[in-house]
Amino acid sequence: MLTFLSRRLLGLVLTLVAVSLVVFLVLEVLPGDVAQMILGTEAREDTLAALRHQLGLDRPAHIRYFAWIGGILRGDLGISHTYGVPVAELIGQRLAVTAPLAALAFLMSTLLAVPLGMFAASRRGRAGDWGVMAFSQIGLAIPNFWFAILLILIFAVWLRLAPAGGFPGWEAGIPSALGALLLPALALALTEAAILARIARASVLETLGADYVRTARAKGLSPGAVMWRHVLRNAMIPVTTVMGLQFAFLLGGAVIVENVFTLPGLGRLALQAIFQRDAVVVKDVALLLAGMVVVVNFLVDLACVAIDPRPRVAP
Amino acid sequence: MMRRPAGHGGLAIGAALVGLVASVALVSLVWTPWPPLALDIAHKLQGPSAAHWFGTDHFGRDTLSMVMTGAQNALAVGLAAVGIGVAAGVPLGLAAAVRRGAVEDLVMRATDLTFAFPAVLTAVLIAALAGPGGINAVIAVGIFNIAVFARIARGAALQVTAQAFIRAAAAIGKGPWRIAAEHVLPNIAGILIVQATVQFAVAILAEAGLSYLGLGVQPPNPSWGRMLNEAQTFMFIAPGQAVFPGLAIALAVLGLNLLGDGLRDLLDPRLRVWRMG
Repeated sequence: MLTFLSRRLLGLVLTLVAVSLVVFLVLEVLPGDVAQMILGTEAREDTLAALRHQLGLDRPAHIRYFAWIGGILRGDLGISHTYGVPVAELIGQRLAVTAPLAALAFLMSTLLAVPLGMFAASRRGRAGDWGVMAFSQIGLAIPNFWFAILLILIFAVWLRLAPAGGFPGWEAGIPSALGALLLPALALALTEAAILARIARASVLETLGADYVRTARAKGLSPGAVMWRHVLRNAMIPVTTVMGLQFAFLLGGAVIVENVFTLPGLGRLALQAIFQRDAVVVKDVALLLAGMVVVVNFLVDLACVAIDPRPRVAP
Repeated sequence: MMRRPAGHGGLAIGAALVGLVASVALVSLVWTPWPPLALDIAHKLQGPSAAHWFGTDHFGRDTLSMVMTGAQNALAVGLAAVGIGVAAGVPLGLAAAVRRGAVEDLVMRATDLTFAFPAVLTAVLIAALAGPGGINAVIAVGIFNIAVFARIARGAALQVTAQAFIRAAAAIGKGPWRIAAEHVLPNIAGILIVQATVQFAVAILAEAGLSYLGLGVQPPNPSWGRMLNEAQTFMFIAPGQAVFPGLAIALAVLGLNLLGDGLRDLLDPRLRVWRMG
């Protein structure tokens, strides 16, 4: 177990280093002069040069890369030129929106999809199964930002039950803050639930056909006991893996859905920073988002091992 | 074996929907109820009527005509983005499967890295920094597809290369590239076609998302995503405007997904198709 863990940890660190290199290189290669962005097109060449020097942009690329990584390791993420505040502070504020949003969407999609998948598998080929698969197809086809707009249309414009967007902040109290995240989370959860329900159904069906399930039935266990004790645990391995893979799409979806609801989250921050060529913010946020994906998938790997010890033995 | 609930019925519905969207796109090349770009401010933001079936937008343009023309954009972007993915990804995947070793490691790690970034974020980054526009949107969506097709092609090719007829081809002196082209590629074409259908749907969704953010095809050319963005602004006055472009996206994507699932069942029910994007 220990060698398994250390091997995976090493892989995690190497992947994170590769991710940081990609982020750095992409921003190096793509056009856009940060100094010009800050000072405008009218700026004189010597002022531009002075600012480049002040920002350290005139240093060689590898020095800047190590300075960036070194700063991150010390907790210094640099200063945003558009907001004029430390990026760490900015990210902290935005994470307080995006993290609960993603968690809520994750929770909603799991609570919806796993029971639906189990239900469909137990009704294989019958109306219930057909209904769940139809839900899944429709959920996959609806773009999350259109679903978000429809939710605003129904709950804000027609029923006037929820705000059309915006975030009151956690200072306004947990109920109203959570209330503002409810519709965006639902918009994000639909696609995830549609995918997960399919995976859960297929996975439960596959497990139901396994020999040990037949044995469990043959020794007289009730269908409920077979489902809970034998099928669910084994069927959850592919479901957990896919949940990890979906995390990247959840974050990607948040970039657009946060915009639909004008939520001050990480996704919206990333988008605005890209538009404003705020390279420091773009680099840090991109690394953070990709890093989150890598870490979540690492944790998912570990969770799969915890659920089922077999993959640990096999290479 | 029992048939899946969305069996061949799904294939027929999918083919019909895709056919519908493609025909609408073709028809819109020569005919739309109104000129899609004709402004008529006097009749702006109207609800559906006999003259304007889907109503009009904030410039008084006919929404049905714009949705029809938008189909051209969606299909063009989808085709191009999948084309990029297949053209670059399949050779990479085949190379990984044929050469193994360092080439395979390199391709696999590169795809790992691509998948570490939320696809929308990558696309936004490329589209925004390279400049908003249809071509850059295609490239942004296409890059992600390269990784998807490289993975799929490698996985499928590895299964084929393990079989006896490949060893036989090698025994009569065919080189690895000739084997890849003559024997492996035809045997993995099925799964590649299925995956292409699914990625086509994903590309339409991605392009709509980029257009919604203002990074897709630029005005005045109609695109479903930007129509939704504009409709959101006037949602309190003309709620209907936020419905039709979204419905068009959903029908196109539903059709492609059903077609992909149906084709997979037809070719090999045990195939695993990825849904990435």
